[in-house]
Amino acid sequence: MRQFLTKQNRALLSELVRTDFKLRYQGSVLGYAWSLLRPLFIFAILYVVFIKFLHVDYGVPHSAVYLLLGIVIWNFFNEMTVLSLGSIVGRADLIRKIRIPRWIIVFSSSLSTVINLLLNLVVIGVFMAINNVSLSSTALLLPLILLEVYILGLGLSLFLSAAFVKYRDVSYIWEVVMQAGFYLTPLLYPISRLPSLTVKKLVLLNPMGQAIQDARYSLITHKTLTSHRIFNGGWHSLIPFMLVILIFVGGLAYFKSQANSFAENL
Amino acid sequence: MHNDVVIEVDHVGKIFKLPHEKHSSVKSLILNFYKRDKSYEEQRALNDVSFTVKKGEFFGIVGRNGSGKSTLLKLLAGIYTPSRGGVTVQGKLTPFIELGVGFSPELSGRDNVFLSGALLGFNRREVRAMYDDIVNFAELERFMDQKLKNYSSGMQVRLAFSIAIRARGDILLLDEVLAVGDAAFQQKCYDYFEELKQAKKTVVFVSHDMSAVKRFCTRAIYIEEGKLTYEGDPLAIADEYTVANINPEDNEAADENAPINSDGYKLDAKITSRSADRLKLTLNYSSKNDKELYLGISVLKDGASIGELNTIKSLRLKGKGTVSYDLDIGVYNAGTYRLTAALFTLWNKKLVASASDRNEFVIKNGDETRGAALKLTDTWELERSVATGHED
Repeated sequence: MRQFLTKQNRALLSELVRTDFKLRYQGSVLGYAWSLLRPLFIFAILYVVFIKFLHVDYGVPHSAVYLLLGIVIWNFFNEMTVLSLGSIVGRADLIRKIRIPRWIIVFSSSLSTVINLLLNLVVIGVFMAINNVSLSSTALLLPLILLEVYILGLGLSLFLSAAFVKYRDVSYIWEVVMQAGFYLTPLLYPISRLPSLTVKKLVLLNPMGQAIQDARYSLITHKTLTSHRIFNGGWHSLIPFMLVILIFVGGLAYFKSQANSFAENL
Repeated sequence: MHNDVVIEVDHVGKIFKLPHEKHSSVKSLILNFYKRDKSYEEQRALNDVSFTVKKGEFFGIVGRNGSGKSTLLKLLAGIYTPSRGGVTVQGKLTPFIELGVGFSPELSGRDNVFLSGALLGFNRREVRAMYDDIVNFAELERFMDQKLKNYSSGMQVRLAFSIAIRARGDILLLDEVLAVGDAAFQQKCYDYFEELKQAKKTVVFVSHDMSAVKRFCTRAIYIEEGKLTYEGDPLAIADEYTVANINPEDNEAADENAPINSDGYKLDAKITSRSADRLKLTLNYSSKNDKELYLGISVLKDGASIGELNTIKSLRLKGKGTVSYDLDIGVYNAGTYRLTAALFTLWNKKLVASASDRNEFVIKNGDETRGAALKLTDTWELERSVATGHED
């Protein structure tokens, strides 16, 4: 770790994140406020559609915040993978002309989305206060759960950004995969509405499903159905974590194998 | 590796795979999977290139467009990895090869300074400390809060150069930096190069500007179609480059008929006798064929050529033999002079060999010279002189 985060690398990383942030809201009147406004508007739409119009029963108290937290974590994951996917290609000028560690580019774009996540968590805090959600000690687990999502996202980002250099189809494929993932993850629907126990179990083997349910459990209500609960604490509930590690190691290995030829393939 | 060798390029080859139809989509990848081997063309950008750069050298890489010199620089910088052979570097290289890498047009000049600084390995505190110097040197004080896209290209280059010269490193890589900018800016570049040279910095320099190569480089290589065809004296190389570019068509036509390979030619030169006002340089040459050749020698002072003489009109050579050159050194003022010798083919005026020996002679005398190289012995004659008195 020390050799990765040398003084130079840290300086470069912080400068790249800063640049990303400055460029993202370049030319917009409200600027950084969009980081907060965008999730608020999306949430308002979902709230009206799912809770006010369709009266979806999540079977838990504070269902509005419950819904919002899931959306925020999913958006974090989605934004990170989509932005990182194009990060190497987008920085072709640097890669072809200067010797900097390639991973820094993917890492910096993933850190930019972490900043967005933190801002969104502030919004969630405000909604929790409005809804009188009482915090329990399990809230301390939330950073670990978010770290799990981050590692999963980073592993995928490394793989996708390297593959995108060679195959430009990757971005379209990933768009479809993310659309499928959005519905395979219990974001908008309550798990109780799924047809059978097997399907419920499958949905909770998906690391994103597991992480979002765990986050809801830790922060909002202990009535959340987590994968730990559905597998009665059996070893199956460890599968999502193993998948995360597998994806991260695989993504990193692929990235490393490709990194040296980025400059000539771009 | 010797202690003073800082870059060693050992039989390096670089092959680019250029797909006939680029596999930019998964479909074409799958369809072409079985004939994958045939679907690309190999382009040899570099072929078996070996050389070393020693500490303190100002090392030039010269070659025409597409000859592979930029590929070579990228290999040195670690941006490409060699397909064959290896590159060993002792010490820290500057990581960039061009000016203005990473500049973002949407950011202000100030933000770009910090971003470029970070790319060179400086943190914000360090960049802040040198910020004023950078801006003053670039003469852009009034423009730093404007977006870079509103700068003229000259302004951008000035800013980029001003940042780039802050780079720390044991070895500097420079590619075509002098291609842009006005005369005043070029002068600044030259001053900076002069500083580097005085400070005995190791510099690897790729350029089309032969006057800069002649002026600064202590050694150079010539790259032709991915091969290192000549290594040694930068003056001879710069001349070769100039000749090759004046009549590129003639040369190409000649090349097709009989490709020249400098491997078969040899030249060595030694100062064999010296008296107060005469010096004798003895040259041994050998050639692999019976083509006519000629010799050229240059006298250099402080790296600049102050006199040249060839044997085109007087002496045409064939096969192998010995030639001596008798030099009147009585005309030189105090200083250290260097003699270089090179062998050319007469039919296409191509440099095929140069003497690698270091032949120097030192003139010591008490004359007041003010640095001039030649002691002029021509005579003055007063033709007319009239007293004018004091008009004012």
